[in-house]
Amino acid sequence: MTVLLHLYPLTGVALVGLGFYGFLILRHPLRQILAVNVVGAGIFLVLGGLGRGAASTDPFPQALVITGIVVAVALTAFGAALILRVAEDERAPDDKAAAKTTDDHT
Amino acid sequence: MTLAFDMILCLMIVGTAAAALLMRNALAAIVFFIVLGNLLGLAWLAMDAVNVAMAEIAIGAGVTGVLLILTRQRLMALGDDLVSAEMPGWLRTGALVACAGFAALIGSAVLSVAPADDLGGSIAALMPGLGIENPVTGVLLAFRAYDTLLEAFVLLGALVAVWSLAPRGAWPQRPAALALAENGGHGVAAAFGRLLLPLALVMAAYLVWAGSDLPGGAFQAGTVLAGGLIIAAIGGAVSWPRADDRYLRVALVLGPAVFLIIGLAGIAQGRFLFYPPGFEKALIVAIEYSLALSIGVTLALQVAGPPVAPDHEG
Repeated sequence: MTVLLHLYPLTGVALVGLGFYGFLILRHPLRQILAVNVVGAGIFLVLGGLGRGAASTDPFPQALVITGIVVAVALTAFGAALILRVAEDERAPDDKAAAKTTDDHT
Repeated sequence: MTLAFDMILCLMIVGTAAAALLMRNALAAIVFFIVLGNLLGLAWLAMDAVNVAMAEIAIGAGVTGVLLILTRQRLMALGDDLVSAEMPGWLRTGALVACAGFAALIGSAVLSVAPADDLGGSIAALMPGLGIENPVTGVLLAFRAYDTLLEAFVLLGALVAVWSLAPRGAWPQRPAALALAENGGHGVAAAFGRLLLPLALVMAAYLVWAGSDLPGGAFQAGTVLAGGLIIAAIGGAVSWPRADDRYLRVALVLGPAVFLIIGLAGIAQGRFLFYPPGFEKALIVAIEYSLALSIGVTLALQVAGPPVAPDHEG
């Protein structure tokens, strides 16, 4: 019975474990950001699921989870921008030289 | 019946998450991640947390999904094939064992806590004083308004961080255009974008208003607005503004600024973020409308990415 009450929080735990595993074995940064999002989703499920009473779900963890979802997307956007910037900087040096010249006449 | 539904849903969530992490193809992984977001939305619905379900589907599945697909496409344009290097087998096994152990540890901790909505009763008792009925909005905008205020600034700060990654010579130009160029779907995307943006505006306005008493609120509305803006940008119906555009700056700062000013005005009444009696709902709705606008524009621009030099565009 206790396992059934904890169904959603335990699903969240499974997501946290899977997400960390993915974060460790995936060597591409974009895939790692995806894995971090899976970990985050798992934590939200634990948080919300443990606030689930007989009649309703506690509004307090609900509000925290909404806050968390928005912060997670902000983190994802910044991470994606960082990855793209690194990829741009790693391109062939002649591209960099070309970028420099456009700098000079702007 | 409900139990069977819950169990199947949870199995699908875990399976989809595994697929999103273990697929070799990055695009397939992202698609599975979007499916995961929608399934999580269903899980929140099953838990009677409609407010969270809307945020999860709109932000977790929608905006994050678009962001990941867009980043993949831009990385591929830069010559990145998005293949993860193979790890040696023993390292994978070690990681698996470590993560399984970690999950077992949290799992036992979770099992030691009995699920209960302890705060639900006390929050419900305080709601009549606010003049609104949605307890989640009450927590976000009144009882824990401080968290929400900080969050609005985190979102703005994240956009500033994204913008700070603009390459040399790109500041303060526009972000790279999202419009589908010379693609068979361009006509459809353009018409859809023009149609969806006004609909998104109406829906966002409704979600904020309804969010006082029913599920909804500033974050859900802001995401709907962001979705409308992104679709319109993909269709070429709107183009991104320059990063130093004055109206854009006003739209970005309006929500956090209104929230902060109302919060500071509360000091005159006794303490920070205090709403004078009788004006709670008016102030909450005012904050929510300005926040929804700022959140929508901020999210859309976070997806668009940092400004690029004009010759780079397209």
